[in-house]
Amino acid sequence: MKHRSQLGWSIVATASACVLAALWVFPLLWALSTALRPELETVSATFHWLPRSWTLDAFAKTLGAGNLPRWLFNSALVALLVTLVTMAISLMAAYAFSQLRFRGRSALFGIAMLAFLLPFEALLVPLFRTMNALGLINSYAGLVLPQVVSPVVIYVFKQFFDAVPADFREAALMDGAGPLRVLWSVYLPISGNIVWAMAIVTFIGAWNNFLWPFIIVTSNDMMTIPLGLTQTYDAFGVRYAQLMAAALLGALPVALAYVVFQRRVTQGFLATSGLKG
Amino acid sequence: MFKRAANTELARSAPPMAGRAEGLPAALLLAPFVLVFLLFFLGPAVQTLWLSLTESSLTRTSAFVGLANYATLVQDEAFWASLGHTFYFSLLTVIPLTVLGLVMALLVHRFVRASSWLQGAFFLPYVLPISVMTLIADWMLQPSSGVINHIVGGQRAWLADVDWAMPMVAIGTIWWTVGFNMLMLLAGLRNIPAELYEAAALDGARGFTLFRAITWPALRPVVGTALLLQLIASLKIFGQTYILTTGGPFNTTRVTLHYMYETAFTQSDAGYAAAIAMAFMAVVIALSLLQLWLGRSWRRMRAGREA
Repeated sequence: MKHRSQLGWSIVATASACVLAALWVFPLLWALSTALRPELETVSATFHWLPRSWTLDAFAKTLGAGNLPRWLFNSALVALLVTLVTMAISLMAAYAFSQLRFRGRSALFGIAMLAFLLPFEALLVPLFRTMNALGLINSYAGLVLPQVVSPVVIYVFKQFFDAVPADFREAALMDGAGPLRVLWSVYLPISGNIVWAMAIVTFIGAWNNFLWPFIIVTSNDMMTIPLGLTQTYDAFGVRYAQLMAAALLGALPVALAYVVFQRRVTQGFLATSGLKG
Repeated sequence: MFKRAANTELARSAPPMAGRAEGLPAALLLAPFVLVFLLFFLGPAVQTLWLSLTESSLTRTSAFVGLANYATLVQDEAFWASLGHTFYFSLLTVIPLTVLGLVMALLVHRFVRASSWLQGAFFLPYVLPISVMTLIADWMLQPSSGVINHIVGGQRAWLADVDWAMPMVAIGTIWWTVGFNMLMLLAGLRNIPAELYEAAALDGARGFTLFRAITWPALRPVVGTALLLQLIASLKIFGQTYILTTGGPFNTTRVTLHYMYETAFTQSDAGYAAAIAMAFMAVVIALSLLQLWLGRSWRRMRAGREA
């Protein structure tokens, strides 16, 4: 009896794992299967799961026409800048919050953590007005700056620094090193893992950010991938092979980053949710 | 998470070398963060409140009008409708995303040898840009040559259908974001000490009994956190509906942030949009607190019953 129900459970589990995995992989495979056909086949009256004649036409056309290469470049530049600036700002702030003694420390930290509560979305209107007043609409600075405010990164780094034994810092201070030097040569080398994890997660987040570029960019040349891909009907028309090729090309960099750094990405996203992996 | 951030951590990390003032280095290290925080976060937050009390366009403020924007808002049917659509989307996503995330986490946890493949399959969509999801969804749901209509038969225009548009946006969102919940819950599962299972197994517990006696109680706080984060994320729906349906058909998928966006950027009524933003913020915070409170009183009730 008992054995029978055990077996039943494991059949149910195996079946659901297979079905769910298939369902989750299918849309991407279907996009690939579409992108590898000639355009005519996507509107043909007979349905085929696989291309009848395989071709890289759609990929070539997508990269040749429209602004896709430019959007990829913009995304890479913006995501890189956001990541570098966020890491620098957050490491310094987290070190100060964690290791230095100064007046108003808890109050300031509390205010910074308020950002957890207020949705960024609710700030869009005044943020746009500010950027407009600063003349930063349709600029890289305008795209990057609001994205570098990331209290969650500061929180994660601070927690990490809090756990570092005090002797580390004292030894360095004895040698007369300044705080920036201590941060750079004592704390940074031991926090490599968590810095990498947060950097990759910040990069993916900035690469994927849709809402802010959507607000701040109107010129096609300044668009990033998530925004540009919503303009593809204008760029390529309703040509599904090309649209799927564009979607896959836009997905490729982050998908690769995930596959290569799977462990770090996992660790980073978990840290941002307040849990440890 | 919020509470922990706000108080307990600070007391613990008393810095070494007490008495030595480090105000200057602290100020230098904090200056860049404080600057961007003021300019791009706190400033706009205060400005949202101020703008909501004025009559303003996207570029200039013309008059202080007190609570007039809020008086309009209370009677604005389009606003309440958009809030209703936001809640409907949350209803369609919060619990399914959490339950499915849990099922996936249990499967990844169980099939040890296939776990990194399974985890990859479930998590990959989460790292993709939103428009990759919407482009693929739009193609799959295409009325005449979409694969969904090929499977179910017929020529339904899913995204232009009053009954189907929002559920389809919800399904697209579930595919795109469930990986994050799976990951959180998987971490929760992996944190449960193996000894607990061994002890229960010695007592003869198997299968579902094991889940109910060990897994579920240990995982409940993580499920609570996942639900809360998911609720906040779902209430902030905007991009998926904006790209897939532009709020249609007949505004049935126009959510609150979309309404705010239209008010600000197509009507150039920044004052009123700020009032919508304030109301939205209030709803998000109120519902988060309500959920925290419900979770806590539920735990207390259970604890009372078990005692």
